[in-house]
Amino acid sequence: MSKRIDVKDLNVYYGNFLAVEDVNINIEAKSVTAFIGPSGCGKSTFLRTLNRMHEVLPGARVEGEVLLDGDNLYGPGVDPVTVRTQVGMVFQRPNPFPTMSIRDNVLAGVKLNNKKISKGAADALVEKSLVGANLWNEVKDRLDKPGSGLSGGQQQRLCIARAIAVEPQVILMDEPCSALDPISTLAVEDLINELKDQYTVVIVTHNMQQAARVSDKTAFFNIAGTGKPGKLIEFADTTSIFNNPAQKATEDYVSGRFG
Amino acid sequence: MTTNSLTTSQGAGRAGDKVFSGAAMAAGCLILAVLFGVALFLVVQAIPALTAPPESIQGGHGFFAYIAPIVVGTLIAAVIALVIATPVAIGVALFISHYAPRRLASGLGYVVDLLAAIPSVVYGAWGAAFLAKEISPAYDWLANNLGWIPIFAGPASATGKTILTAGIVLSVMVLPIITSLSREIFLQTPKLHEEAALALGATRWEMIKMAVLPFGRPGIVSAIMLGLGRALGETMAVALVLSSGVLTASLIQSGNQTIAAEIALNFPEASGLKVNTLIAAGLVLFVITLGVNMIARWIITRHKEFSGAN
Repeated sequence: MSKRIDVKDLNVYYGNFLAVEDVNINIEAKSVTAFIGPSGCGKSTFLRTLNRMHEVLPGARVEGEVLLDGDNLYGPGVDPVTVRTQVGMVFQRPNPFPTMSIRDNVLAGVKLNNKKISKGAADALVEKSLVGANLWNEVKDRLDKPGSGLSGGQQQRLCIARAIAVEPQVILMDEPCSALDPISTLAVEDLINELKDQYTVVIVTHNMQQAARVSDKTAFFNIAGTGKPGKLIEFADTTSIFNNPAQKATEDYVSGRFG
Repeated sequence: MTTNSLTTSQGAGRAGDKVFSGAAMAAGCLILAVLFGVALFLVVQAIPALTAPPESIQGGHGFFAYIAPIVVGTLIAAVIALVIATPVAIGVALFISHYAPRRLASGLGYVVDLLAAIPSVVYGAWGAAFLAKEISPAYDWLANNLGWIPIFAGPASATGKTILTAGIVLSVMVLPIITSLSREIFLQTPKLHEEAALALGATRWEMIKMAVLPFGRPGIVSAIMLGLGRALGETMAVALVLSSGVLTASLIQSGNQTIAAEIALNFPEASGLKVNTLIAAGLVLFVITLGVNMIARWIITRHKEFSGAN
Protein backbone atom coordinates (compact mmCIF):
# COMPACT_ATOMS: atom_id res chain seq x y z
CA MET A 1 0.00 0.00 0.00
CA SER A 2 2.68 2.48 -0.93
CA LYS A 3 4.21 3.66 -4.14
CA ARG A 4 7.41 5.35 -5.14
CA ILE A 5 7.62 8.77 -6.74
CA ASP A 6 10.01 9.69 -9.53
CA VAL A 7 10.19 13.29 -10.65
CA LYS A 8 11.75 14.10 -14.02
CA ASP A 9 12.79 17.57 -15.18
CA LEU A 10 10.01 19.34 -13.31
CA ASN A 11 9.57 23.11 -13.68
CA VAL A 12 6.90 24.78 -11.56
CA TYR A 13 5.36 28.10 -12.56
CA TYR A 14 3.09 30.72 -11.09
CA GLY A 15 1.83 32.34 -14.29
CA ASN A 16 5.05 33.24 -16.12
CA PHE A 17 7.17 33.19 -12.98
CA LEU A 18 9.38 30.13 -12.71
CA ALA A 19 9.21 29.20 -9.03
CA VAL A 20 11.07 25.89 -8.98
CA GLU A 21 13.49 24.84 -11.68
CA ASP A 22 14.45 21.48 -13.06
CA VAL A 23 13.86 19.09 -10.18
CA ASN A 24 14.87 15.45 -10.54
CA ILE A 25 14.31 13.29 -7.51
CA ASN A 26 13.48 9.65 -6.73
CA ILE A 27 11.50 9.04 -3.58
CA GLU A 28 11.47 5.46 -2.33
CA ALA A 29 8.31 3.70 -1.22
CA LYS A 30 7.89 3.15 2.53
CA SER A 31 10.40 5.78 3.50
CA VAL A 32 10.33 9.24 5.02
CA THR A 33 11.78 11.96 2.84
CA ALA A 34 12.32 15.46 4.24
CA PHE A 35 12.53 18.68 2.22
CA ILE A 36 14.55 21.40 3.93
CA GLY A 37 15.69 24.82 2.85
CA PRO A 38 15.27 28.53 3.54
CA SER A 39 11.89 30.27 3.27
CA GLY A 40 10.73 30.91 -0.27
CA CYS A 41 12.99 28.28 -1.83
CA GLY A 42 10.04 26.43 -3.33
CA LYS A 43 9.97 23.30 -1.20
CA SER A 44 6.27 23.69 -0.30
CA THR A 45 5.47 24.64 -3.87
CA PHE A 46 7.24 21.53 -5.10
CA LEU A 47 5.47 19.36 -2.52
CA ARG A 48 2.12 20.60 -3.75
CA THR A 49 2.92 19.47 -7.29
CA LEU A 50 3.14 15.87 -6.04
CA ASN A 51 -0.64 15.67 -5.59
CA ARG A 52 -1.64 18.34 -8.09
CA MET A 53 -2.68 20.80 -5.38
CA HIS A 54 -0.36 23.38 -6.94
CA GLU A 55 -2.73 23.98 -9.84
CA VAL A 56 -5.57 24.95 -7.47
CA LEU A 57 -4.06 28.44 -7.44
CA PRO A 58 -5.02 30.52 -10.48
CA GLY A 59 -2.33 30.59 -13.16
CA ALA A 60 -0.22 27.91 -11.53
CA ARG A 61 1.16 25.16 -13.79
CA VAL A 62 4.00 22.70 -14.19
CA GLU A 63 6.17 21.24 -16.92
CA GLY A 64 7.77 17.83 -16.65
CA GLU A 65 6.81 14.47 -15.24
CA VAL A 66 5.88 13.14 -11.83
CA LEU A 67 5.66 9.34 -11.90
CA LEU A 68 3.76 7.45 -9.23
CA ASP A 69 5.05 3.88 -9.69
CA GLY A 70 5.58 4.77 -13.33
CA ASP A 71 2.23 6.48 -13.94
CA ASN A 72 2.57 10.15 -14.86
CA LEU A 73 0.40 12.37 -12.63
CA TYR A 74 0.41 15.00 -15.36
CA GLY A 75 -0.32 12.62 -18.22
CA PRO A 76 -3.18 13.42 -20.58
CA GLY A 77 -6.57 12.39 -19.22
CA VAL A 78 -5.40 12.08 -15.63
CA ASP A 79 -8.03 13.43 -13.23
CA PRO A 80 -6.50 15.41 -10.36
CA VAL A 81 -9.28 14.09 -8.12
CA THR A 82 -7.98 10.55 -8.65
CA VAL A 83 -4.43 11.67 -7.99
CA ARG A 84 -5.41 13.24 -4.67
CA THR A 85 -7.13 10.10 -3.44
CA GLN A 86 -3.80 8.30 -3.97
CA VAL A 87 -1.58 11.04 -2.60
CA GLY A 88 -2.95 12.49 0.62
CA MET A 89 -1.88 15.72 2.22
CA VAL A 90 -1.55 17.23 5.71
CA PHE A 91 -1.29 21.00 5.91
CA GLN A 92 0.73 23.47 7.91
CA ARG A 93 -2.18 24.61 10.05
CA PRO A 94 -4.51 21.90 11.36
CA ASN A 95 -7.69 22.18 9.31
CA PRO A 96 -10.41 19.79 10.46
CA PHE A 97 -13.80 20.77 9.06
CA PRO A 98 -15.30 22.96 11.79
CA THR A 99 -18.89 21.99 11.08
CA MET A 100 -18.21 18.25 11.34
CA SER A 101 -17.83 15.95 14.33
CA ILE A 102 -14.57 14.11 14.92
CA ARG A 103 -16.10 10.96 13.43
CA ASP A 104 -17.39 12.78 10.35
CA ASN A 105 -14.02 14.42 9.87
CA VAL A 106 -12.33 11.03 9.70
CA LEU A 107 -14.95 9.76 7.26
CA ALA A 108 -15.01 12.94 5.15
CA GLY A 109 -12.76 11.59 2.41
CA VAL A 110 -14.30 8.14 2.44
CA LYS A 111 -17.80 9.45 1.86
CA LEU A 112 -16.74 11.38 -1.24
CA ASN A 113 -17.69 10.35 -4.74
CA ASN A 114 -21.02 9.06 -3.42
CA LYS A 115 -19.39 6.04 -1.90
CA LYS A 116 -21.70 4.28 0.53
CA ILE A 117 -20.33 2.68 3.65
CA SER A 118 -22.24 0.67 6.24
CA LYS A 119 -22.30 1.90 9.82
CA GLY A 120 -20.29 -1.07 11.08
CA ALA A 121 -17.62 -0.62 8.46
CA ALA A 122 -17.56 3.11 9.16
CA ASP A 123 -17.11 2.53 12.90
CA ALA A 124 -14.27 0.11 12.22
CA LEU A 125 -12.61 2.52 9.83
CA VAL A 126 -12.91 5.44 12.26
CA GLU A 127 -11.29 3.38 14.99
CA LYS A 128 -8.56 2.04 12.72
CA SER A 129 -7.70 5.49 11.37
CA LEU A 130 -7.70 7.17 14.77
CA VAL A 131 -5.61 4.34 16.24
CA GLY A 132 -3.29 4.78 13.27
CA ALA A 133 -2.99 8.48 14.09
CA ASN A 134 -2.36 7.80 17.82
CA LEU A 135 -5.52 9.71 18.69
CA TRP A 136 -8.03 6.98 19.48
CA ASN A 137 -7.53 6.89 23.25
CA GLU A 138 -7.91 10.66 23.54
CA VAL A 139 -11.13 11.01 21.55
CA LYS A 140 -12.92 7.64 21.67
CA ASP A 141 -15.49 8.95 24.17
CA ARG A 142 -16.34 12.10 22.24
CA LEU A 143 -16.44 11.12 18.60
CA ASP A 144 -19.60 13.17 18.07
CA LYS A 145 -18.08 16.41 19.36
CA PRO A 146 -16.82 19.00 16.85
CA GLY A 147 -13.25 18.45 15.66
CA SER A 148 -12.44 22.12 16.23
CA GLY A 149 -12.76 21.55 20.00
CA LEU A 150 -9.52 19.54 20.12
CA SER A 151 -6.11 20.98 20.91
CA GLY A 152 -3.87 21.99 18.01
CA GLY A 153 -1.80 18.81 18.18
CA GLN A 154 -4.89 16.64 18.42
CA GLN A 155 -6.43 18.48 15.47
CA GLN A 156 -3.32 17.83 13.42
CA ARG A 157 -3.44 14.11 14.26
CA LEU A 158 -7.13 14.18 13.37
CA CYS A 159 -6.12 15.56 9.98
CA ILE A 160 -3.61 12.74 9.62
CA ALA A 161 -6.35 10.23 10.55
CA ARG A 162 -8.56 11.83 7.91
CA ALA A 163 -5.77 11.49 5.35
CA ILE A 164 -5.01 7.82 6.11
CA ALA A 165 -8.71 6.85 6.24
CA VAL A 166 -8.83 6.97 2.44
CA GLU A 167 -5.81 4.63 2.33
CA PRO A 168 -3.54 6.68 0.10
CA GLN A 169 -0.26 5.45 -1.37
CA VAL A 170 1.67 8.53 -0.32
CA ILE A 171 1.21 11.11 2.44
CA LEU A 172 2.55 14.62 1.92
CA MET A 173 3.05 16.83 4.97
CA ASP A 174 3.61 20.54 4.61
CA GLU A 175 5.34 21.72 7.80
CA PRO A 176 2.88 19.69 9.88
CA CYS A 177 4.39 20.73 13.22
CA SER A 178 5.06 24.41 12.69
CA ALA A 179 1.86 25.42 14.51
CA LEU A 180 2.31 22.91 17.33
CA ASP A 181 3.97 22.93 20.75
CA PRO A 182 6.97 20.63 21.42
CA ILE A 183 4.92 17.84 23.04
CA SER A 184 2.42 17.72 20.20
CA THR A 185 5.33 17.87 17.78
CA LEU A 186 6.85 14.80 19.43
CA ALA A 187 3.52 12.97 19.13
CA VAL A 188 3.31 13.76 15.41
CA GLU A 189 6.97 12.78 14.86
CA ASP A 190 6.40 9.42 16.56
CA LEU A 191 3.42 8.97 14.30
CA ILE A 192 5.48 9.73 11.18
CA ASN A 193 7.90 6.98 12.23
CA GLU A 194 5.03 4.50 12.42
CA LEU A 195 3.43 5.66 9.19
CA LYS A 196 6.47 4.77 7.11
CA ASP A 197 5.82 1.07 7.70
CA GLN A 198 2.79 1.42 5.44
CA TYR A 199 3.09 4.65 3.51
CA THR A 200 5.52 6.73 1.55
CA VAL A 201 5.87 9.93 3.57
CA VAL A 202 7.20 13.24 2.27
CA ILE A 203 7.57 16.06 4.77
CA VAL A 204 8.50 19.70 4.39
CA THR A 205 10.05 21.15 7.51
CA HIS A 206 11.79 24.27 8.66
CA ASN A 207 13.18 22.44 11.63
CA MET A 208 16.46 20.73 10.77
CA GLN A 209 16.48 18.68 13.95
CA GLN A 210 13.09 17.38 12.95
CA ALA A 211 14.36 16.40 9.52
CA ALA A 212 17.28 14.64 11.18
CA ARG A 213 14.99 12.84 13.62
CA VAL A 214 12.28 11.57 11.30
CA SER A 215 13.62 11.20 7.79
CA ASP A 216 15.57 8.52 5.94
CA LYS A 217 16.53 10.82 3.12
CA THR A 218 16.74 14.59 2.94
CA ALA A 219 16.49 16.98 0.02
CA PHE A 220 17.97 20.46 0.36
CA PHE A 221 16.38 23.22 -1.71
CA ASN A 222 17.88 26.65 -2.13
CA ILE A 223 17.26 29.89 -3.94
CA ALA A 224 19.93 32.08 -5.52
CA GLY A 225 18.11 35.33 -4.72
CA THR A 226 14.74 37.05 -4.74
CA GLY A 227 12.96 36.50 -8.05
CA LYS A 228 15.19 33.57 -8.97
CA PRO A 229 13.77 30.05 -9.14
CA GLY A 230 14.30 27.58 -6.32
CA LYS A 231 16.45 24.55 -7.05
CA LEU A 232 17.10 21.14 -5.61
CA ILE A 233 20.70 21.41 -4.44
CA GLU A 234 21.35 18.04 -2.90
CA PHE A 235 19.41 14.87 -2.19
CA ALA A 236 20.98 12.10 -0.13
CA ASP A 237 20.68 10.00 3.01
CA THR A 238 19.77 12.19 5.96
CA THR A 239 22.94 11.23 7.82
CA SER A 240 25.16 12.31 4.99
CA ILE A 241 23.25 15.56 4.41
CA PHE A 242 23.79 16.53 8.03
CA ASN A 243 27.22 15.03 8.64
CA ASN A 244 28.95 14.96 5.32
CA PRO A 245 27.19 17.14 2.72
CA ALA A 246 28.61 17.13 -0.79
CA GLN A 247 27.68 20.73 -1.55
CA LYS A 248 29.05 23.84 0.13
CA ALA A 249 25.56 25.47 0.24
CA THR A 250 24.11 22.45 2.05
CA GLU A 251 26.91 22.52 4.58
CA ASP A 252 26.41 26.25 5.20
CA TYR A 253 22.68 25.75 5.69
CA VAL A 254 22.73 22.72 7.99
CA SER A 255 25.51 24.17 10.08
CA GLY A 256 23.47 27.36 10.54
CA ARG A 257 25.89 29.66 8.70
CA PHE A 258 23.01 31.09 6.65
CA GLY A 259 19.26 30.78 6.22
CA MET B 1 6.81 66.90 45.88
CA THR B 2 7.07 65.34 42.43
CA THR B 3 4.46 65.63 39.74
CA ASN B 4 3.46 62.57 37.78
CA SER B 5 4.71 63.20 34.27
CA LEU B 6 2.11 60.83 32.85
CA THR B 7 -0.77 63.13 33.82
CA THR B 8 0.02 65.66 31.11
CA SER B 9 -1.49 64.62 27.83
CA GLN B 10 -1.65 65.93 24.30
CA GLY B 11 -4.84 67.97 24.22
CA ALA B 12 -5.43 68.13 20.48
CA GLY B 13 -5.99 64.40 19.89
CA ARG B 14 -8.43 64.23 22.79
CA ALA B 15 -10.70 66.91 21.34
CA GLY B 16 -11.03 65.01 18.04
CA ASP B 17 -11.79 61.87 20.01
CA LYS B 18 -14.61 63.57 21.88
CA VAL B 19 -16.14 65.12 18.77
CA PHE B 20 -16.11 61.81 16.97
CA SER B 21 -17.56 59.79 19.81
CA GLY B 22 -20.24 62.44 20.30
CA ALA B 23 -21.16 62.37 16.62
CA ALA B 24 -21.28 58.58 16.56
CA MET B 25 -23.44 58.50 19.65
CA ALA B 26 -25.80 61.13 18.23
CA ALA B 27 -26.19 59.11 15.02
CA GLY B 28 -26.96 55.99 17.04
CA CYS B 29 -29.51 57.78 19.18
CA LEU B 30 -31.13 59.34 16.11
CA ILE B 31 -31.77 55.91 14.60
CA LEU B 32 -33.38 54.73 17.81
CA ALA B 33 -35.46 57.90 18.06
CA VAL B 34 -36.70 57.57 14.47
CA LEU B 35 -37.56 53.91 14.95
CA PHE B 36 -39.33 54.66 18.20
CA GLY B 37 -41.18 57.58 16.63
CA VAL B 38 -42.42 55.44 13.76
CA ALA B 39 -43.52 52.67 16.10
CA LEU B 40 -45.27 55.15 18.39
CA PHE B 41 -47.06 56.78 15.45
CA LEU B 42 -48.21 53.39 14.16
CA VAL B 43 -49.50 52.26 17.55
CA VAL B 44 -51.28 55.52 18.39
CA GLN B 45 -52.91 55.80 15.00
CA ALA B 46 -53.81 52.11 14.93
CA ILE B 47 -55.64 52.07 18.27
CA PRO B 48 -58.92 53.53 16.92
CA ALA B 49 -59.08 50.77 14.31
CA LEU B 50 -58.23 48.05 16.83
CA THR B 51 -60.87 49.25 19.32
CA ALA B 52 -63.59 50.20 16.82
CA PRO B 53 -66.80 48.15 16.70
CA PRO B 54 -66.40 45.28 14.20
CA GLU B 55 -69.14 46.41 11.82
CA SER B 56 -67.48 49.81 11.24
CA ILE B 57 -64.31 48.25 9.82
CA GLN B 58 -64.17 47.50 6.10
CA GLY B 59 -65.78 44.10 5.52
CA GLY B 60 -67.89 44.44 8.65
CA HIS B 61 -66.27 41.74 10.78
CA GLY B 62 -63.64 43.69 12.67
CA PHE B 63 -59.96 44.45 12.09
CA PHE B 64 -58.57 40.94 12.40
CA ALA B 65 -61.02 39.52 9.89
CA TYR B 66 -59.90 42.32 7.58
CA ILE B 67 -56.15 41.92 8.09
CA ALA B 68 -55.84 38.11 8.23
CA PRO B 69 -56.35 37.44 4.50
CA ILE B 70 -53.91 40.10 3.41
CA VAL B 71 -51.30 38.91 5.93
CA VAL B 72 -51.62 35.49 4.35
CA GLY B 73 -51.45 37.07 0.88
CA THR B 74 -48.30 38.94 1.88
CA LEU B 75 -46.67 35.76 3.16
CA ILE B 76 -47.68 33.81 0.03
CA ALA B 77 -46.11 36.39 -2.27
CA ALA B 78 -42.93 36.52 -0.16
CA VAL B 79 -42.64 32.73 0.04
CA ILE B 80 -43.07 32.38 -3.74
CA ALA B 81 -40.36 35.00 -4.23
CA LEU B 82 -37.93 33.22 -1.89
CA VAL B 83 -38.65 29.74 -3.22
CA ILE B 84 -37.74 30.93 -6.70
CA ALA B 85 -34.96 33.36 -5.84
CA THR B 86 -32.97 31.41 -3.21
CA PRO B 87 -31.73 28.48 -5.32
CA VAL B 88 -31.05 30.74 -8.29
CA ALA B 89 -29.24 33.29 -6.14
CA ILE B 90 -27.07 30.67 -4.41
CA GLY B 91 -26.31 29.08 -7.76
CA VAL B 92 -25.31 32.41 -9.28
CA ALA B 93 -23.26 33.31 -6.19
CA LEU B 94 -21.41 29.97 -6.33
CA PHE B 95 -20.82 30.38 -10.04
CA ILE B 96 -19.35 33.82 -9.50
CA SER B 97 -17.25 32.83 -6.50
CA HIS B 98 -16.03 29.36 -7.47
CA TYR B 99 -16.68 28.48 -11.10
CA ALA B 100 -16.50 31.48 -13.40
CA PRO B 101 -13.17 32.72 -14.77
CA ARG B 102 -12.13 35.83 -12.89
CA ARG B 103 -12.96 38.34 -15.61
CA LEU B 104 -16.43 36.91 -16.26
CA ALA B 105 -17.06 36.73 -12.52
CA SER B 106 -16.52 40.42 -11.89
CA GLY B 107 -18.68 41.37 -14.90
CA LEU B 108 -21.45 39.07 -13.81
CA GLY B 109 -21.30 40.34 -10.23
CA TYR B 110 -21.66 43.88 -11.56
CA VAL B 111 -24.70 42.95 -13.65
CA VAL B 112 -26.38 41.28 -10.67
CA ASP B 113 -25.76 44.36 -8.54
CA LEU B 114 -27.28 46.43 -11.34
CA LEU B 115 -30.53 44.49 -10.93
CA ALA B 116 -30.85 46.05 -7.49
CA ALA B 117 -30.59 49.52 -8.97
CA ILE B 118 -33.72 49.21 -11.11
CA PRO B 119 -36.58 51.14 -9.44
CA SER B 120 -39.40 48.95 -8.20
CA VAL B 121 -41.99 50.82 -10.25
CA VAL B 122 -40.11 49.73 -13.36
CA TYR B 123 -40.27 46.12 -12.21
CA GLY B 124 -43.99 46.62 -11.59
CA ALA B 125 -44.58 48.04 -15.05
CA TRP B 126 -42.54 45.25 -16.64
CA GLY B 127 -44.46 42.63 -14.65
CA ALA B 128 -47.86 44.08 -15.49
CA ALA B 129 -47.31 44.95 -19.13
CA PHE B 130 -45.00 42.16 -20.26
CA LEU B 131 -44.53 39.23 -17.88
CA ALA B 132 -48.24 38.80 -17.01
CA LYS B 133 -49.20 38.56 -20.67
CA GLU B 134 -46.34 36.24 -21.61
CA ILE B 135 -46.87 33.89 -18.71
CA SER B 136 -50.62 33.39 -18.90
CA PRO B 137 -50.38 30.47 -21.40
CA ALA B 138 -48.24 28.71 -18.80
CA TYR B 139 -50.97 29.28 -16.23
CA ASP B 140 -53.52 27.74 -18.61
CA TRP B 141 -51.26 24.71 -18.95
CA LEU B 142 -50.92 24.45 -15.17
CA ALA B 143 -54.69 24.72 -14.71
CA ASN B 144 -55.31 21.99 -17.31
CA ASN B 145 -52.62 19.55 -16.22
CA LEU B 146 -52.00 20.18 -12.53
CA GLY B 147 -55.40 21.66 -11.69
CA TRP B 148 -56.03 18.94 -9.12
CA ILE B 149 -53.44 20.60 -6.86
CA PRO B 150 -55.38 23.38 -5.04
CA ILE B 151 -52.70 26.02 -5.66
CA PHE B 152 -52.99 25.46 -9.42
CA ALA B 153 -56.80 25.21 -9.54
CA GLY B 154 -58.38 26.72 -12.66
CA PRO B 155 -59.72 28.66 -14.37
CA ALA B 156 -56.47 30.54 -14.81
CA SER B 157 -56.53 34.31 -14.94
CA ALA B 158 -56.75 35.49 -18.55
CA THR B 159 -54.64 38.56 -17.84
CA GLY B 160 -51.98 36.69 -15.88
CA LYS B 161 -52.10 39.33 -13.14
CA THR B 162 -51.98 36.82 -10.30
CA ILE B 163 -50.17 36.40 -7.01
CA LEU B 164 -47.80 33.97 -8.72
CA THR B 165 -46.80 36.63 -11.26
CA ALA B 166 -46.31 39.09 -8.41
CA GLY B 167 -44.18 36.51 -6.62
CA ILE B 168 -42.05 35.98 -9.72
CA VAL B 169 -41.50 39.73 -10.09
CA LEU B 170 -40.59 39.91 -6.39
CA SER B 171 -38.14 37.04 -6.84
CA VAL B 172 -36.28 39.01 -9.50
CA MET B 173 -36.16 41.95 -7.11
CA VAL B 174 -34.76 40.00 -4.15
CA LEU B 175 -32.33 38.00 -6.33
CA PRO B 176 -29.53 40.62 -6.27
CA ILE B 177 -29.74 40.98 -2.47
CA ILE B 178 -29.37 37.27 -1.80
CA THR B 179 -26.79 36.83 -4.57
CA SER B 180 -24.40 39.57 -3.57
CA LEU B 181 -24.47 38.72 0.15
CA SER B 182 -24.00 35.00 -0.51
CA ARG B 183 -21.18 35.71 -2.93
CA GLU B 184 -19.33 37.78 -0.33
CA ILE B 185 -19.74 34.97 2.20
CA PHE B 186 -18.59 32.27 -0.22
CA LEU B 187 -15.50 34.28 -1.12
CA GLN B 188 -14.56 34.38 2.56
CA THR B 189 -14.44 30.60 2.93
CA PRO B 190 -11.01 29.84 4.42
CA LYS B 191 -8.62 28.54 1.75
CA LEU B 192 -7.47 26.07 4.38
CA HIS B 193 -10.81 24.27 4.43
CA GLU B 194 -11.22 24.32 0.67
CA GLU B 195 -7.78 22.80 0.25
CA ALA B 196 -8.48 20.23 2.96
CA ALA B 197 -11.46 19.01 0.94
CA LEU B 198 -9.61 19.05 -2.39
CA ALA B 199 -6.64 17.19 -0.91
CA LEU B 200 -8.98 14.38 0.15
CA GLY B 201 -9.96 13.90 -3.47
CA ALA B 202 -13.11 16.02 -3.51
CA THR B 203 -14.45 17.29 -6.80
CA ARG B 204 -15.28 20.98 -7.05
CA TRP B 205 -18.92 20.37 -6.13
CA GLU B 206 -17.97 18.10 -3.22
CA MET B 207 -15.55 20.74 -1.99
CA ILE B 208 -18.40 23.26 -2.06
CA LYS B 209 -20.68 20.89 -0.14
CA MET B 210 -17.97 20.09 2.38
CA ALA B 211 -16.33 23.43 3.01
CA VAL B 212 -18.09 26.37 1.35
CA LEU B 213 -21.78 25.79 2.14
CA PRO B 214 -21.36 24.75 5.81
CA PHE B 215 -19.12 27.75 6.38
CA GLY B 216 -21.54 30.07 4.59
CA ARG B 217 -24.76 28.79 6.13
CA PRO B 218 -25.36 31.61 8.65
CA GLY B 219 -24.57 34.13 5.95
CA ILE B 220 -26.97 32.47 3.52
CA VAL B 221 -29.70 32.54 6.17
CA SER B 222 -29.21 36.23 6.82
CA ALA B 223 -29.14 36.94 3.07
CA ILE B 224 -32.45 35.10 2.66
CA MET B 225 -33.96 36.98 5.58
CA LEU B 226 -32.92 40.31 4.12
CA GLY B 227 -34.50 39.23 0.84
CA LEU B 228 -37.62 38.23 2.75
CA GLY B 229 -37.76 41.67 4.34
CA ARG B 230 -37.66 43.24 0.91
CA ALA B 231 -40.31 40.88 -0.46
CA LEU B 232 -42.65 41.50 2.48
CA GLY B 233 -42.45 45.25 2.24
CA GLU B 234 -42.43 45.68 -1.53
CA THR B 235 -45.34 47.89 -2.54
CA MET B 236 -45.19 49.30 -6.02
CA ALA B 237 -44.40 46.18 -7.99
CA VAL B 238 -47.18 44.21 -6.31
CA ALA B 239 -49.67 47.06 -6.61
CA LEU B 240 -49.07 47.24 -10.35
CA VAL B 241 -48.83 43.53 -11.10
CA LEU B 242 -51.51 41.99 -8.90
CA SER B 243 -55.16 42.20 -9.77
CA SER B 244 -56.19 41.93 -6.15
CA GLY B 245 -59.19 40.36 -4.54
CA VAL B 246 -60.25 38.04 -1.74
CA LEU B 247 -57.94 35.38 -0.33
CA THR B 248 -57.73 32.57 -2.86
CA ALA B 249 -55.91 29.29 -2.56
CA SER B 250 -55.14 29.16 -6.27
CA LEU B 251 -52.02 31.06 -7.22
CA ILE B 252 -53.02 31.38 -10.86
CA GLN B 253 -56.37 33.08 -10.42
CA SER B 254 -56.68 36.76 -9.73
CA GLY B 255 -57.22 37.47 -6.07
CA ASN B 256 -55.18 37.83 -2.88
CA GLN B 257 -53.62 41.04 -1.69
CA THR B 258 -50.51 42.08 0.22
CA ILE B 259 -50.42 44.55 3.10
CA ALA B 260 -48.10 47.02 1.43
CA ALA B 261 -50.09 47.11 -1.81
CA GLU B 262 -53.38 47.35 0.10
CA ILE B 263 -52.12 50.42 1.92
CA ALA B 264 -50.71 52.05 -1.20
CA LEU B 265 -53.84 51.49 -3.28
CA ASN B 266 -56.34 52.66 -0.64
CA PHE B 267 -54.54 55.34 1.30
CA PRO B 268 -55.01 58.29 -1.11
CA GLU B 269 -58.80 58.06 -0.95
CA ALA B 270 -59.15 56.93 2.65
CA SER B 271 -60.61 59.07 5.40
CA GLY B 272 -61.65 58.70 9.00
CA LEU B 273 -61.48 55.20 10.45
CA LYS B 274 -60.28 53.79 7.15
CA VAL B 275 -57.02 55.68 7.60
CA ASN B 276 -56.60 54.13 11.05
CA THR B 277 -57.35 50.71 9.63
CA LEU B 278 -54.65 51.07 7.00
CA ILE B 279 -52.13 52.34 9.54
CA ALA B 280 -52.96 49.36 11.74
CA ALA B 281 -52.24 47.17 8.72
CA GLY B 282 -48.90 48.97 8.48
CA LEU B 283 -48.28 48.17 12.14
CA VAL B 284 -48.90 44.48 11.43
CA LEU B 285 -46.40 44.58 8.55
CA PHE B 286 -43.90 46.33 10.82
CA VAL B 287 -44.29 43.60 13.44
CA ILE B 288 -43.90 40.82 10.84
CA THR B 289 -40.73 42.38 9.42
CA LEU B 290 -39.32 42.95 12.89
CA GLY B 291 -40.08 39.33 13.76
CA VAL B 292 -38.33 38.09 10.60
CA ASN B 293 -35.23 40.13 11.39
CA MET B 294 -35.10 38.88 14.97
CA ILE B 295 -35.45 35.26 13.87
CA ALA B 296 -32.64 35.82 11.37
CA ARG B 297 -30.37 37.24 14.05
CA TRP B 298 -31.20 34.38 16.36
CA ILE B 299 -30.36 31.81 13.69
CA ILE B 300 -27.04 33.52 12.97
CA THR B 301 -25.92 33.71 16.60
CA ARG B 302 -26.99 30.13 17.22
CA HIS B 303 -24.47 28.89 14.66
CA LYS B 304 -21.68 31.24 15.62
CA GLU B 305 -19.44 28.57 17.14
CA PHE B 306 -19.53 26.57 13.91
CA SER B 307 -18.64 29.53 11.75
CA GLY B 308 -15.14 28.25 11.09
CA ALA B 309 -13.63 31.51 12.25
CA ASN B 310 -12.19 29.84 15.35
